[in-house]
Amino acid sequence: MNLLWLQAGGCGGCTLSLLGADARDLLRQLEDVGIRVLFHPALSEASGPEALAILEDAASGKVPVDILCVEGAVLRGPNGSGRFHILAGTGIPMLDWVQRLAGQARHVFAIGSCTAFGGVPAAGENSTDACGLQFEGDEKGGVLGVDWRSAAGLPVVNVAGCPTHPGWVVDSLMALALGQLGNNDLDALQRPRFYSDQLVHHGCPRNEFYEFKASAHKPSELGCLMENLGCKGTQAHADCNTRVWNGVGSCLRGGYPCISCTEPGFEEPGHPFMETPKVAGIPIGLPSDMPKAWFVALAALSKSATPKRVRENAAADHPVVMPAIRKTGLK
Amino acid sequence: MSKLVLGPFNRVEGDLEVSLEVSDGAVHSARVNAPLYRGFEPMLLGKAPLDALAIVPRICGICSVAQSAAAASALAEAMGLTSPPNGRLARNLIQAGENLADHLTHFYLFFMPDFARAAYAAKPWFAETEGRFKAQTGRATAEMLPARAGFMRLQGYLAGKWPHTMALQPGGTTRAVLAAEKIRLYAVLREFRAWLESTLFGDALETVAVLDSADALRAWAAGRQADFPRFLALADDLGLQQVGRAGNLFLSVGAYPGSVGSLFPAGVWDGAKGRRAELDTARIVEDLSHAWLAGDAPQAPAQGQTRPLLEKEDAYTWCKAPRYGGQVAEVGALARQLVAGQPLAQDLVRDQSPKSGGKSAGGNVTARIVARMLEIAALIPAMENWVQQLAPGEPFCAHGERPDAAVGVGLTEAARGSLGHWLTVKNGAIAGYQIIAPTTWNFSPRDAAGTPGPLEQALVGLPIPKDEAAPVLVQHVVRSFDPCMVCTVH
Repeated sequence: MNLLWLQAGGCGGCTLSLLGADARDLLRQLEDVGIRVLFHPALSEASGPEALAILEDAASGKVPVDILCVEGAVLRGPNGSGRFHILAGTGIPMLDWVQRLAGQARHVFAIGSCTAFGGVPAAGENSTDACGLQFEGDEKGGVLGVDWRSAAGLPVVNVAGCPTHPGWVVDSLMALALGQLGNNDLDALQRPRFYSDQLVHHGCPRNEFYEFKASAHKPSELGCLMENLGCKGTQAHADCNTRVWNGVGSCLRGGYPCISCTEPGFEEPGHPFMETPKVAGIPIGLPSDMPKAWFVALAALSKSATPKRVRENAAADHPVVMPAIRKTGLK
Repeated sequence: MSKLVLGPFNRVEGDLEVSLEVSDGAVHSARVNAPLYRGFEPMLLGKAPLDALAIVPRICGICSVAQSAAAASALAEAMGLTSPPNGRLARNLIQAGENLADHLTHFYLFFMPDFARAAYAAKPWFAETEGRFKAQTGRATAEMLPARAGFMRLQGYLAGKWPHTMALQPGGTTRAVLAAEKIRLYAVLREFRAWLESTLFGDALETVAVLDSADALRAWAAGRQADFPRFLALADDLGLQQVGRAGNLFLSVGAYPGSVGSLFPAGVWDGAKGRRAELDTARIVEDLSHAWLAGDAPQAPAQGQTRPLLEKEDAYTWCKAPRYGGQVAEVGALARQLVAGQPLAQDLVRDQSPKSGGKSAGGNVTARIVARMLEIAALIPAMENWVQQLAPGEPFCAHGERPDAAVGVGLTEAARGSLGHWLTVKNGAIAGYQIIAPTTWNFSPRDAAGTPGPLEQALVGLPIPKDEAAPVLVQHVVRSFDPCMVCTVH
């Protein structure tokens, strides 16, 4: 399978993230399942006219493109011209290149949240008219339109995340190559379910603080970041805290809130990123699938039952009260 | 006069187009175009000041931490915060981690594969070079990526993830290191050092860091079986020390603050005079004359604006043209080392002609690569030292109120050079945000006086063989700057 990778109006961070994959040899791992990188802006030798020849052959159908990966939002402005992003050396907007190549590709992958939904380039007034391949925020449509399907019959596969996790990219590609990525393997936002059927909350090392609503108030404190510091881990779909990043990390493990970067519209939360919006002291964004009345009742109960250790450690940047050592054998 | 347009220029970060006017088989003039505009500066206006920490890292996937650090510094000034020592050390480690990884990515993935091109097939060193550095198939890539990924665990421990962390805050960092992580961090660094010493340098880092002249470097490299010495042999054979000379003014805003001073100091190095001067940021302005942006007079960044204007005569890029006291300046690892007085870096830019009196003839391909390698050799020992200084149990982050009305400037060094953020807060919201990134300096267009930017100067005079559609020498020069185009325009 030929893989062709384009960088549109993004930051290149998903490629850089991918290079941190925990494979002994990333390119051989892809080759092993039959994926050959025909062109990638950061990896290919071809540059200038050589690169253009590859892109033109792919866009004209002369060379088959089995997988088209697009990284970055597509900039439609100004006035629908796409001129905020001209593909260097061509004088032609990336908007046009993406449409041509998507028309040829057997499969199209949106690498990262800006390619999937618009993401950070669409923040603020979205002066560049940035959008995703098949979504504009959570509205279906985007550059390719609601009904678009690739030659193989799949919609755009949204490998969302900002950046996306290297494992999400590699495993999505491997799943496809192994015949394990069909319509039923994508969620309602067209994300691969192997990572999007989970919540960032799952496996969060701050879970004990969450249980007791023992909350951090300031950055670097150990407590739960949901109540005050804007954390959306109980609502955001991703396996960040079970898969972990760079071998050992995650946003929560790093001490800062989940900003739900795998979700459409995360770039404009409607409140400061590191502050939790509340009504009458209760966070607006309650955990997914949790009835509000029960959440409020349980929160009140668990706060009153918080052990001293959990309460004091929540407000410190390192444990100040250690777990008790039991005198008898553990049961 | 014929014209050659080179794009998409691969193996650079982001979008780059280089247009050359060729006469008599050589480059007569060059124009550099950054053809992507995303509008991060206007995007930030009206947002809560601390939201910059979520937005600006996403300007760039390869300088993400540097962008974050510059924003955190600008906010720190606006909020009157000073980081406790732990926060400073952790931030240095996170930044050095990014910069080192970027140097490595540049060397192995972006720069060296050009020496494995068919254009060099007749060279005696070709077979070995192709086996090691050929894009996608070279053995060196397969060895480097796992070593880099292992080193990136440092970011996992200290920053949660890379890129796009929010661990860097105005008052320090969000992740207080405990005793267990302090040991793991040291282990990660030692493991990475061992790989560098065996594969990249073929010698102890400390030995490399004290090489003090081009002759000493050549003697050290001779016959050494490692990747940096392999580059030096190629560079000597191809005369790359004579290629890609830009101006003679080098600028650094300083990097890795200690309790007193910085590991790499701020300053301006005038190669023609062989003299270093203090950096005066008031002398930095951005010229818009050749950018698709509204505005005529050069702007001081604190007052600068970014408003797209596509229909503009003479404009050929989205990149502004920063100038220092009206002059073109080069930034990057070479500039940092020249400003720091590193003797090998200074020797490598010296004019070799007998009449020159040993003055600088400007940066060149070899010097830019060597400077990055020197930084790798110097930074790992510094990082080991910083890890040992971390004091678990002591604070990592100072706290303050979010500002209602304030200004702040954040200056830091990304892998590719000097990065500045100029922030204005009014009524509790961002009222002004201007960014000057490293490649904005290096790949700037002409200014109102018609003076070309550093790369535009460095390309003039390069031979253009008729049989090369994308002349490889041009590619060496362009990539020697390690451009980051997504930062350039932002």
